[in-house]
Amino acid sequence: MVIERPWKRWVYFYIPLTVFVIGTLFPFYWMLITAIRPDAELYRSWRAVNNAPFWTLNPTLEHFRDLFNKTTFPHWLWNTFFIAVISTGISLFCGLLAGYALARLKFPMAGALGTSIFVTYLVPPTLLFIPLADIIRNFQLGNTPWALILTYPTFLIPFCTWLLMGYFKTIPKELEECARIDGATRFGAMARIIFPIAVPGILSAGIFAFTLSWNEFIYALVFLSSPERKTVPVGVVSEMIRGDIYFWGQLMAGALLGSIPVALVYSFFVEYYVTGLTGSVKG
Amino acid sequence: MAQVLMKDLNKKYDEVHAVKDVNLHIRDKEFVVLVGPSGCGKSTTLRMVAGLEEITAGEIAIGDRVVNDLPPKDRDIAMVFQNYALYPHMTVYDNMAFGLKMRKFAKAEIQKRVGEAAEILGIHDLLKRKPRQLSGGQRQRVAVGRAIVRHPQVFLFDEPLSNLDAKLRVQMRVELKRLHDRLETTAIYVTHDQVEAMTLGDRVVVMKDGWIQQVGEPLELYTKPANRFVAGFIGSPAMNFADVTIQGSDGNMAAQGTGLKVGIPPSMAGRLAPYKGQRVTLGIRPEDLHLAAGADQASYTFDAVVDVVEPLGSEILLDVKAGPNSLVARVEPSVRLKVHDGVRLAVNPERLHFFDSTSEKAI
Repeated sequence: MVIERPWKRWVYFYIPLTVFVIGTLFPFYWMLITAIRPDAELYRSWRAVNNAPFWTLNPTLEHFRDLFNKTTFPHWLWNTFFIAVISTGISLFCGLLAGYALARLKFPMAGALGTSIFVTYLVPPTLLFIPLADIIRNFQLGNTPWALILTYPTFLIPFCTWLLMGYFKTIPKELEECARIDGATRFGAMARIIFPIAVPGILSAGIFAFTLSWNEFIYALVFLSSPERKTVPVGVVSEMIRGDIYFWGQLMAGALLGSIPVALVYSFFVEYYVTGLTGSVKG
Repeated sequence: MAQVLMKDLNKKYDEVHAVKDVNLHIRDKEFVVLVGPSGCGKSTTLRMVAGLEEITAGEIAIGDRVVNDLPPKDRDIAMVFQNYALYPHMTVYDNMAFGLKMRKFAKAEIQKRVGEAAEILGIHDLLKRKPRQLSGGQRQRVAVGRAIVRHPQVFLFDEPLSNLDAKLRVQMRVELKRLHDRLETTAIYVTHDQVEAMTLGDRVVVMKDGWIQQVGEPLELYTKPANRFVAGFIGSPAMNFADVTIQGSDGNMAAQGTGLKVGIPPSMAGRLAPYKGQRVTLGIRPEDLHLAAGADQASYTFDAVVDVVEPLGSEILLDVKAGPNSLVARVEPSVRLKVHDGVRLAVNPERLHFFDSTSEKAI
């Protein structure tokens, strides 16, 4: 084993890591102190006496109150949650079956199909929303949650399929062959042996899909119009900025509340999705 | 309890013809080993019996039923895999009970059978553990246990000992043999290890390139190999081969190679007569070569030079050169020889093997 000098650990490990952590967390810190900062402190001159840009002197919950009383923020929160959960559910279901089929079943054009599913994931939403808007209008789904629930899977299903396909490939195929000899049908072996083993992969696919749909912006912006139908990311920027006036306190309060569910989901399942991404089961 | 019948069995993948016209009758309660180098089609054959690979052409029958179109679960077989294939999310007990649960056995019966199997294999204390908490040997036992609780008609083993270390492999080999004697269930066992094949099999099937080379009892394969491949594959160290020409007339025939001349005993003269003047391959097992002594007839001896000495304790393997031919002789451990020493070796004339140079078939 190589004996490391202490300064090397500092130079190559602790200092870069600290810089990175500060860089990552600072926006959240800024969001927090702005959300609890009274307007008087927010909008005074930079050169005023007692100005403390990195600290809030008289914290207040006024912006949160306004957010809940004067805007339709609770609706946005519920809309976002509802849409994210349902579209994640749909995508996981399809992704599970498709990923399993691509990883395990031998059928003509399987490779080409896998690649083309991946290619659809690469089509940028900024391009895709134009034809999708047409479809949404034809089905008269505009301004309903279903406009998003049905369009989010266009990028979530390819994503889930590929992630799960990769995970299924790390599971030895002998496990399900053995189950099939032991008396299970192909579907039974899949449901009783493969899916339980793939739980880390399924969870990480679910978490990412949930985050992607929670944070999605462009489809939500285009397909929804009434204020109470909006999702958090769109609602916050469209309703908290009126003309050229930025309601910074409420904006930050909304953004903060909007990021909490995702942070919670991640912290609960952190171990699962790490194994989910690094894969592998030993038999 | 059942026989297994394979009739004109063939397996073709897109480009590869993996199994070619395999005909095999495995009798009830028999332990048959399929052996051959990797890619010889032995595992594919086994997987076709299991129902994990589709049969391209031919027929497989287990008992009286043709099983070609039956899914694996309806074939009444159990299989042990090389990587054990234990279900990682289940305890040892649940692993062993899985097959019975799937077949809707009563709980009491499941408990009884798992208990019995655990007793036989000595894994009673492990039943509550998860597979990842077990050593390689223990996992192997659980995998075998999972197969025997079902009381299937046929056991299939796909290189079950390959992942174990050498010592454990020998031990498990003995246990498997004992287990088979006790359970008396038909078993098909695939391995690339000829020692496993010889020690375990009632009969051994040697395969190469998808063809069956020879089927026979272990000693029969050893003493009467059907062709050069079987002769070289079975036995360790492998049989020595040398290119020779058959010379001389009826009473006094000899195999003449470069730097090597060995007399042909009268008992083989008849068979070799048609090859007079032609090139054939001479095969001598290492134990059929010894240092020449007074009792050996001069015509059955030849000179060689020691190349490498490998003392193994119970015996010495002597790598020698006779002209361009490298030969291995198995000699007494008391022999003291050094590299580059000249030696006179004698063959055991009745145990010489001759193979046709082109067809490689035994003469």
